[in-house]
Amino acid sequence: MPFQVYRFRMRILLIEDDQENADYLRKGLTESGHVADHAANGPDGLAQALDGRYDALIVDRMLPGMDGLSVIRVLREEKVATPVLILSALGQVSDRVRGLRAGGDDYLVKPFAFSELLARLEALARRAGSDAELEAQTHLRTGDLEMDLLRRAVVRGGRAIELQPREFRLLEFLMRHAGQVVTRTMLLEGVWDYHFDPQTNVIDVHISRLRAKIDKGFDEPLLQTVRGAGYCLRAPT
Amino acid sequence: MLAIFGFIYWSTVAVIDRQTTATIEAEIVGLAEQYKERGLAGLIDVVRERSGESASRNSVYLLWDPARGPLAGNLAAWPTKATGLSEWLSIDLTRREEGGQVLHEIRARTFELAGGYRLLVGRDMHERAKFRRTIVDTLTWSLAAALALGLLGGMSLSRRILGRVDDVTRTARRIMQGDFSQRIRHGDSADEFDRLADSLNALFAQIERLMSGMRLATDSLAHDLRGPLTRLRGRIELALIAAPDAVRDREALVSVLGQADAALTTFESLLKIAAAESGIAATELKPLDLGALARDAAELYEPVAEERGVRLTAVTDPGAPHVAAQRELLAQAVTNLLDNAVKHTPAGGQIVVRVVAEGGSVLLVVADSGPGIAASDRARVLERFVRLEESRSTPGSGLGLSLVAAVARLHGATLDLTDNAPGLRVELRFSAAVARTLAGEAEQRPVPSPLPGAAAPIHVRPRGSLAFGPGSGGGPSPRPPRDDR
Repeated sequence: MPFQVYRFRMRILLIEDDQENADYLRKGLTESGHVADHAANGPDGLAQALDGRYDALIVDRMLPGMDGLSVIRVLREEKVATPVLILSALGQVSDRVRGLRAGGDDYLVKPFAFSELLARLEALARRAGSDAELEAQTHLRTGDLEMDLLRRAVVRGGRAIELQPREFRLLEFLMRHAGQVVTRTMLLEGVWDYHFDPQTNVIDVHISRLRAKIDKGFDEPLLQTVRGAGYCLRAPT
Repeated sequence: MLAIFGFIYWSTVAVIDRQTTATIEAEIVGLAEQYKERGLAGLIDVVRERSGESASRNSVYLLWDPARGPLAGNLAAWPTKATGLSEWLSIDLTRREEGGQVLHEIRARTFELAGGYRLLVGRDMHERAKFRRTIVDTLTWSLAAALALGLLGGMSLSRRILGRVDDVTRTARRIMQGDFSQRIRHGDSADEFDRLADSLNALFAQIERLMSGMRLATDSLAHDLRGPLTRLRGRIELALIAAPDAVRDREALVSVLGQADAALTTFESLLKIAAAESGIAATELKPLDLGALARDAAELYEPVAEERGVRLTAVTDPGAPHVAAQRELLAQAVTNLLDNAVKHTPAGGQIVVRVVAEGGSVLLVVADSGPGIAASDRARVLERFVRLEESRSTPGSGLGLSLVAAVARLHGATLDLTDNAPGLRVELRFSAAVARTLAGEAEQRPVPSPLPGAAAPIHVRPRGSLAFGPGSGGGPSPRPPRDDR
């Protein structure tokens, strides 16, 4: 499956003791145009991560020498703010909460689709660059689509678009991640706060509804489906 | 005990002795007075009177003249033992009785009167001895009885205790041997043992539940994972046997990926059920607004329902108290119910999600107008992997309803499947009180009206009404409050 080619190259440090899994992830990351270093245990990973030259870290929870959460804790104590994606076989709500509390930025339960990992990594790396100002923005714009968060108004090409509250939140999430691939599970988490997959592809139907409202009648579609991965809201180039 | 008996014996005997001594002393003083007042003749009269036939046989008197011998009294001669003039002594006296000659012990005191006369006053100690024997006998028998009773009581008590301990041991051993249905017998008294039995039985029940959960999990793994994994493996093998063909190989890979994902989804569901059944997540129960949860889930599924021509409505009572819940699991349970409802309700049908307060509990109802489930199958569908024949064509792992059942159990909620006439009506009944205590606040809410106070129609249509299906099985019916612990 051809992975989305991202517009910027990430330097990733992968701290994972499972060699096969690490090889698979490195291969995927490299083929997606990123650079990936690998550390096979906690102390080595920590030492490399302390350099702070990375755009994002992938940290497995269970590592020899020093467990993943401890690695993250030390990093945060040392004021290394590199975004961290935690990989874990533990998928309970409490496990995720513990992971995020230790200083992780996102949590992915094994097994996962590579496209999921990639989308989340990119979202993390991007957010790290422009975090504060992006979060505080009250006005979002993607191409000719504009969202006023204070007035709860959406306009495209001068035409007002009526959205239900949930559609509004869905679009806001997509606009904040404009240009990035957003997976269905990211949408479920970000918009519905559901950390599980409903059996039916409910998200697709919500997206097509939203698409009908923001793209119908316009020449350039903004909301695209990325096969095998998710969706992407992108201004036409 | 022995010490007490000894004390009783000795003090009683001492009292009797003291009384005898005092009586004798008093009598001697009295007789000496008589002698002083009335002279020898008077004294003789008195002694004769006191020792006469009509007098008590217990008293012994002798007025003795060393020169002439006995003057009065019921003793034949001055005892040889009595040498002193004024002393206490003990005389053995042979008395003729019905049974022959009996030796009596006499306690006596001699006294020298003016004029050389001697006086002896005694008391037969026979009565005292008899009394002493009675006491000894009584004490001995009571001691024996107390000992016997204590022994018997102790034996029966220890047999009772040991019996019950044995019962616990026996039950534990049987459980260790693998019979998890064993329970400790419950006595009829609510004593410590019954309380212990209750706790242990609850523990055993939990172990049984965990074990059966584990067994079911392994069975389920074998059942539902072996199949897809076998197919997946077969698909790979087939692709490898065939001559290399880029297009066909790619197709095979896509198909294999789909099969792997399906197997992983099943695996995920099994883990969730196992987690819910083990009760691990019970520590994460927090007060939760069921209405909001139901509205969110309904809103998530509403577009899917609409796409299939089904109307999905949420009716929630804003006065419904919060319940203690693990949001994630409960949300999954509700979406599973909606997923089922959407899959099984034909176009033109409707689904209603309803949250309503009723007495001390909060009801969450998902009712559809689909084909429903036959009464005979309702219990069965809650088991894992049971998919009724008519629903084989629809996708799903068959774990949806069993997860709902596990989640209901975790929340202490009752799960009822009933006829919505037509359709299926799934009712989860939560105890509202649990959340209140959990929240640690005496939250005073107005008594919620039995009718839904507010309707939140997800689907805005001009003709949108909140009516239930023809059977109106979803309507709130006044029911007596159920004891939900």
